[in-house]
Amino acid sequence: MHPAFSVLIFTVVSGAGYGLIFLTILGHLSGLAVLQNQSLLLSSGVLSLVMISGGLLSSTLHLANPKNAWRAFSRFKTSWLSREAVFAILFYPFALLYLIGVWMQGAEIAAVFSLAGWVAAVLAMITLFCTSMIYASLKTIRQWNSALTPVSYLALGLMSGGVLLLMLQIMVDDTASDVLKNVALALLCVGVTVKVIYFFWIGKPSGSSIKTATGFTQASVRLLDQGHSSNGFLNNEFGYTVSANKLLRIRFLAVAVAFFLPMLLVCLSGPFALVIATLAMLAGLLAERWLFFAEARHVVRMFHGDQSV
Amino acid sequence: MKLGLVVDLDTCVGCHGCATACKQWNTSGTIGPLSDKDPYGKDPNGAWLNRIRTYEVGDTPNSKTVHMPMSCMHCEDAACVTVCPTGASYKRSEDGIVLVDQDKCMGCNLCAWACPYGARELDPNEGTMKKCTLCVDRIYDEKLPEDERKPACVLTCPTKSRTFGDFDDPNSEVSKLVRERAGKQLMPELGYNPVNTYLPPRNKPVAVKYETTGIAGKVKGWVNKVIAR
Ligand code: SF4
Ligand code: SF4
Ligand code: SF4
Repeated sequence: MHPAFSVLIFTVVSGAGYGLIFLTILGHLSGLAVLQNQSLLLSSGVLSLVMISGGLLSSTLHLANPKNAWRAFSRFKTSWLSREAVFAILFYPFALLYLIGVWMQGAEIAAVFSLAGWVAAVLAMITLFCTSMIYASLKTIRQWNSALTPVSYLALGLMSGGVLLLMLQIMVDDTASDVLKNVALALLCVGVTVKVIYFFWIGKPSGSSIKTATGFTQASVRLLDQGHSSNGFLNNEFGYTVSANKLLRIRFLAVAVAFFLPMLLVCLSGPFALVIATLAMLAGLLAERWLFFAEARHVVRMFHGDQSV
Repeated sequence: MKLGLVVDLDTCVGCHGCATACKQWNTSGTIGPLSDKDPYGKDPNGAWLNRIRTYEVGDTPNSKTVHMPMSCMHCEDAACVTVCPTGASYKRSEDGIVLVDQDKCMGCNLCAWACPYGARELDPNEGTMKKCTLCVDRIYDEKLPEDERKPACVLTCPTKSRTFGDFDDPNSEVSKLVRERAGKQLMPELGYNPVNTYLPPRNKPVAVKYETTGIAGKVKGWVNKVIAR
């Protein structure tokens, strides 16, 4: 699949934003001592809203006809993209209400604000889940059509939220909180595990082949001619091909930069180290998301001559 | 009704007549225009609703060249419709035709991702999704003579490899063809249940190579060789 840069930015940045606000609210409202701090809560809330909104705006850039984007709320019953849009919008009033509460009353907020906080936290995770289901529900792309897709979107969103929260906490308090540090490390471990399992899993052979695609199941089938002299929409969208060697190198790079480098820097735990850790993690996740698209092979490729996907 | 096409892979000669007729009719039809980008340039690109690909099936000398025209299969379980967030893609309950409402589409490409058959192409100028309409603006047009109320591709095919009809009616031409010629769906394992059906090539004997025997045969062969030069 052709990796559209706007979609890579959207899924990585807004995923991190949803993870950050979820962990912040969860820690705050369940009484974690280090999060009973108004300026930390506010800075984390504002940062996550900026990231989420920036990501959502970037996602509209890949629409070829954005003037109809408002219609995307209309098929909630069947379309995961529609569900994502609905939950993404529903999230805002609750998140804002919670942040207004924190802004006016500090860490000790009234029941109505904390209720809004809980709802916002749940909606954040639901939205992230819906994003992942857009991909996971496509039977045409074997590498996405799996429970591993939502699991990795949720795990990576929480992971990046955890590292961001630790970074903000160090900036506000000067010394790292042990709890947040352990949470960030644990989430980094979960993230790398899920991703490595995914990389092994997509190596398994596919059930469809050029034979089932063309219906000639008892003979070998080869493409002689695509029928057009230059690339069309299908070639550009689905024909994206990167050499296996390059993919492997980017896998190693992504895993090192998105997971292991941040782990190392989190252990060092200075404010500067954490800023670098966060930037490295986001860059690594962009590479990881690029791979998510570049390694996904749509079944239509078989009509264009691939023996299997 | 379950309207769709039967394509005969035995007789299709890969002339691209159906694709051209389709483009011509639909560029000024209900979902038109079907625009092209840089049509006369080095790297032309444009939206087509029907594409013909050519395959070699089997290994020489027992191989066969097969031309496979593909347009929307008007699937019974059309995921392209359920994934669409705007409601632009829909399947008509009365005849099963899958269409895109050009006034609602936001060009997100998700339906093209969900289609296994490459039947949907984004219009490079309009930014909306285009796909085969089963010539809905021909087949119900009462101003046309009755025998012309068929898709443009079906009418134009010089070898009559395309047949249009109602698959729900067991006595329709398409249903009979599917029965008699063991029609196949493409990629049935994905479960989209495509309506369009493909008739596999008939089994014909492989061309025989005659070995010459005896003196007369050898002389004949030698004479043939000389004449051929
Ligand atoms: S062939 Fe593709 S576009 Fe047509 S109905 Fe089936 S899934 Fe949808
Ligand atoms: S490209 Fe248009 S028709 Fe296709 S899913 Fe998006 S809005 Fe629906
Ligand atoms: S039925 Fe009409 S729209 Fe569909 S491929 Fe044939 S000519 Fe094109």
